[in-house]
Amino acid sequence: MLFLVGGWRENLPYLSIENVVASYKDDIPVLAGVGFSIEKGEIVSLIGPSGSGKSTLLRVLVGLTKPKSGRVVIDGVPIGYANKKVLREARDRFAIVFQQYNLFQNMTALRNVTVAPLKVKKRNPREVEKEAIALLEKVGLGDKLHAYPDELSGGQQQRVAIARALALKPDILLLDEITSALDPERINEVLDTIRILAKEGITMLIISHEMAFVREVSSKVVFMDEGKIVEIGRPEEILDHPKTTRARDFMAKILRH
Amino acid sequence: MWASLLEEIPRFFTYYNLIFLLQAGARTIGLSAIGCIIGFVTGFFLAIMRVSRGRSFLPIRLFSINFVEFFRRVPFLVTLMLVFFICQAANLQFSVFTVSMITVCLIASGFIAEIVRAGIESVNVTQWEAADVLNFTLAEKLRLVIIPQAWKVILAPVFSFFLSFIKDTALASQIGVIELTYSGKVLNNKGFSAILVFGTILIMYFIISYPLALFGRWMERKFAISKH
Amino acid sequence: MHYTIHFSQVLKYIPYLIGGAWLSFQIAFLAFCGGMVIGLAGAIAKTYGNRVLQVLVNGYVTFFTNTPQLVQIYFIFFGLPQFGIVLSSYETVLVGMTLNAGAYATEIQRAGFLSVRRSELEAAETLGMSFLQSVRYVILPHLSKTLYPPFSNLYIIMTLGTSMAAIFGVEELTGRAFNVDAITFRPVEIFSITAGLYILITIAASFILLYLGRWLFRVKGKVF
Repeated sequence: MLFLVGGWRENLPYLSIENVVASYKDDIPVLAGVGFSIEKGEIVSLIGPSGSGKSTLLRVLVGLTKPKSGRVVIDGVPIGYANKKVLREARDRFAIVFQQYNLFQNMTALRNVTVAPLKVKKRNPREVEKEAIALLEKVGLGDKLHAYPDELSGGQQQRVAIARALALKPDILLLDEITSALDPERINEVLDTIRILAKEGITMLIISHEMAFVREVSSKVVFMDEGKIVEIGRPEEILDHPKTTRARDFMAKILRH
Repeated sequence: MWASLLEEIPRFFTYYNLIFLLQAGARTIGLSAIGCIIGFVTGFFLAIMRVSRGRSFLPIRLFSINFVEFFRRVPFLVTLMLVFFICQAANLQFSVFTVSMITVCLIASGFIAEIVRAGIESVNVTQWEAADVLNFTLAEKLRLVIIPQAWKVILAPVFSFFLSFIKDTALASQIGVIELTYSGKVLNNKGFSAILVFGTILIMYFIISYPLALFGRWMERKFAISKH
Repeated sequence: MHYTIHFSQVLKYIPYLIGGAWLSFQIAFLAFCGGMVIGLAGAIAKTYGNRVLQVLVNGYVTFFTNTPQLVQIYFIFFGLPQFGIVLSSYETVLVGMTLNAGAYATEIQRAGFLSVRRSELEAAETLGMSFLQSVRYVILPHLSKTLYPPFSNLYIIMTLGTSMAAIFGVEELTGRAFNVDAITFRPVEIFSITAGLYILITIAASFILLYLGRWLFRVKGKVF
């Protein structure tokens, strides 16, 4: 009996998004019923034209935008976004890296990474600092610990943002088009960092336009358009042999340049 | 007329009169400075009350908005009269200096609250969001992220307000506070020529205000260069 | 001394107070217009005039912006008779406020002139516009949009500034409040109502200026 229950639990997806509806100004729905699931250690990429609701979905997951209806379930437990306490716990499990890095301008790189574990989680300062330095070294910024955001390039700032997200040891890492605001030369340094994380088995939900990268790291690709999921499948399926017309049109436009 | 003016000058600039004027000047500076310091503290809290969000904070928000708008939209003289007569009616036996001090602090809070609010709102909303998703409380967001960035936008306008406030305190003369303007009236009533008296008062205000104005401009330039 | 609040005794004077508000508006409006004229002249003198003119205008502006309006008016009120010029209280206040406003207006205008970017003028030139055309199609719209907020702000400040006319006996809103107090001896009620009237007036003015700005110059902004 217990074995059965245990086995049943193992089959539950780690993160399950169920029929989420969200909108910014009451009448225009940005997400019109979105649902898919992510297993532990999976890397799922969200692709689609701009305005399709990809960023909104991430914002819903992390509690920045309230969903009108639908459920988000982590490890079998649904997240109640209206409840402040539950929201805080949910935010503990996600970490998000924004397109515009959103580093705290008044803090050095090191401080940006240590402030949340120190001030919010109230952990031991020496431990936190050691971990932060290790993280910044991992993303290749060991020599920029005391630099302020306005002294760093876009790619460097983005990597600090990644280190900051990882400092809280999230269960799921959300990446919202993290290379879109970067100069072409800088994109690879960020993607390399993600490649390292991918190898370590961190569960990730990535929004990206870098199709080659998507193909390389993802275990699953979700194509969205106009607030709905149009196709889900393995990278080779979606990127090379899209089944729906919309997906095909999109891939044709992307691959043209 | 000019001859009589010249003749008056030694009679006017006696030791006693100069001390009188300097004391009055000190009161003017005192009223403005203390008013602005207290106004800054209260204005700061009023601004934070204003930016709080959520339904439970609505009464504080409304209080802040009403308080600030009241003292910004009523002339100094009317506020002064209101405070004066309310104190009188409530049987609080405050000196005129105290009454003007209260008035000055109330008005300064209103104006500085708006400056602080503008400073807080000047910080990009993405900074709020980044702090949000890292689970900062409102206090932590303000203390660690928002206020440190809002400072630069707040300091210069507050100083500039202080500057203009020195001129506003002239109206405290109307309830008898012996500040610079009132001292002018006293000396004028004593019989000294108005041109001499008020000319001197104007020059004294100028001597107080202009160097501070230059300092303010220097400060602004320094701020524009350094950032941290 | 016991003081009980009796609004009823004072309410009948509200129309009288509102009449005073009208006078306040007159003073503010006239002084503002006069100030703008001085401001334009001063800004032109400072930007395009010779050295002597610049020093004079600078002196005027620096002096009037670093001294209180009240004392300026005192100087004119008590000082001018010594020169043989006798003006009524109303005129004195008007002159004083106009001169004061002119100094601030000069600064605002000058900042506006400096804000017209060279690139805009060059673009207009390369498009073949004459000077007058570039003034009409490029400079004026830009200036109106840039200068509208600070001037609106100055107007509101001046509206509140008219209250000091009461000190000189002018029967604008505050002056009339003092009169009613002398009759009814209910200062708390009277000055509360007066404060309320000033709040209403400035809110109305803010809204009107806001919508005027949006309609005429497409200037955005908000009241609260």
